Amino acid sequence: MSDHELELKSIQYRKHILKYIKMAGAGHTGGSLSCVDILNVLYNRILRVSPETFEDADRDRYLQSKGHSVEALYVVLAERGFFPESDLETLCGYESHYVGHPTRKVRGIEHNTGALGHGLSVSVGVALAGKMDDADYRVFTLLGDGELAEGSNWESAMAASNYKLDNLTAIVDWNTLQITGRTKDVCKTDPLDDKFVAFGWSVADVPGHDLKALGEVLGRAPFEKGKPSLIIARTTKGKGVSFMEDVGKWHHGVPNDDEYAAAIRELESAEAVLKGEKISV
Amino acid sequence: MGRPNQDVVAETLLELARADKDVLVLTSDSRGSGKLVPFGKELPEQIVEIGIAEQNLVGMAAGLASAGKRVFGVSPACFLTARSLEQIKNDVAYSDRPVTLIGISAGVSYGALGSTHHSIHDFAVLRAVNNIDIVAPADNVETREAILAAAKAERPVYLRFGKVPVPDLHPEGTPFRIGRAITLRHGDDVVFVGCGETVCHAVAAADLLSKKGVSAGVISMHTVKPLDAETLLAAAKNCRALVTVEEHSVHGGLGEACAAALMEAGVSVPFRIVGIPDEYTVTGKQADIFRHYGISAQGLYDAATGLLEA
Repeated sequence: MSDHELELKSIQYRKHILKYIKMAGAGHTGGSLSCVDILNVLYNRILRVSPETFEDADRDRYLQSKGHSVEALYVVLAERGFFPESDLETLCGYESHYVGHPTRKVRGIEHNTGALGHGLSVSVGVALAGKMDDADYRVFTLLGDGELAEGSNWESAMAASNYKLDNLTAIVDWNTLQITGRTKDVCKTDPLDDKFVAFGWSVADVPGHDLKALGEVLGRAPFEKGKPSLIIARTTKGKGVSFMEDVGKWHHGVPNDDEYAAAIRELESAEAVLKGEKISV
Repeated sequence: MGRPNQDVVAETLLELARADKDVLVLTSDSRGSGKLVPFGKELPEQIVEIGIAEQNLVGMAAGLASAGKRVFGVSPACFLTARSLEQIKNDVAYSDRPVTLIGISAGVSYGALGSTHHSIHDFAVLRAVNNIDIVAPADNVETREAILAAAKAERPVYLRFGKVPVPDLHPEGTPFRIGRAITLRHGDDVVFVGCGETVCHAVAAADLLSKKGVSAGVISMHTVKPLDAETLLAAAKNCRALVTVEEHSVHGGLGEACAAALMEAGVSVPFRIVGIPDEYTVTGKQADIFRHYGISAQGLYDAATGLLEA
């Protein structure tokens, strides 16, 4: 897949995220838009997993610790063929498996998450099993920056370096906002790189919407033999829709009809530019 | 007199691990109290030391299980079922990973150490969590069988054990199934329904009662969830009083589970729950605390005669 096609996918995913959140009348809009480029690169460039290989013991694993951004994961998994996209029309509906946080009832999802501070521990367990079995699968997990206030993350961060899990990569969706406000004001986690280095990790910093840079850094993991890798992905909450970008209320804001139309117009216009089409204003 | 159940736990885990390299034991700096030092010496690759981090222990257990490992998490019951309750609820039970969690030094085993170290809440909290069985074996035979059953269960199981020697209640080879109570003796006047290390006291109380001509039955309801309502109801319909006994708060444990089953079946029988009342728990040895709250031959004798004479 070309870089250009990958760029187009990101826009498609964003449109789908908004479409299904709008349809459901619920969802975590801002965080899904901030992490979707990371998921795009993971599922289209990095992870050795597909609907056909999802039960294979040696598949790469992705666990989404920041479970609330599940809409981004759903649209990427649907596009990758794990389930029909039309399933998402039931998002958050009565008895739907497509609930507001990931569950294993949805094909392609490795672990039930939603309560924060769980995904890293579970990922450490999966990665340790891989080391014990001399398997060559890799484990990736996505954490929110606000989520890092959960103390359990730091228990698992210590364990990961203690067990030298260089088959584990954690990515922080560093969008700097959480429901109450700026993460640095709610519970400062800076300097995050120093903290993880002190915990025995190897750390990289990357612009989180730069697909090429994400592909490069994810492809480079593990950064050091014998150490787990941390990627701080500098992202923007609500990325791709100008009026949602870096605005706290879109944490779980659902666009009204006018906002939805404006958002889709903006994304389609970006799509047209990318395709080199003439834009009619 | 038998051995401490925890000795049997460690021995059975070692036996399982020798036969299957995917059997792992996870400890939170708890291999000493879990009697797992010999395990660690013999099979160092199959014991995973997590450190004093129970949340991470349970999360990692779920991750290891998802990758095909047969995981036994061994940690003091007081921490395992409180500190890491959310990991049990989400990562093990909700995510449906076949992890066996073993709460050691359970109930008031650490009696003198104070309430921080008591686990008299574990039945109550885990009864309200979907998709996890709760088992409190009474003696060495039940303990070994419960570990073997959990190893084959393919679903989340919580087992809890204490650390003092317990009397042998069953002959070797007694059939054991999670969810199926064992009737130790039948009784027409009163029936004791207990679990874990309280069952031996119910047996002793039944002995005292029979000397007075009272016919007393004893049921080891080792599985608190799913409750064997069939055995309970059959016994309740054929006696004049029923006493439950547990090393747990009187709230939310075996007694309330039995009361609900009886009420829902429309079976009415004079009934008493013996356990730890809702107060600051007294401290001392487990035996002291048991005696204080009537979890003893005399206490249970009094509870039974109180109901029969009322």
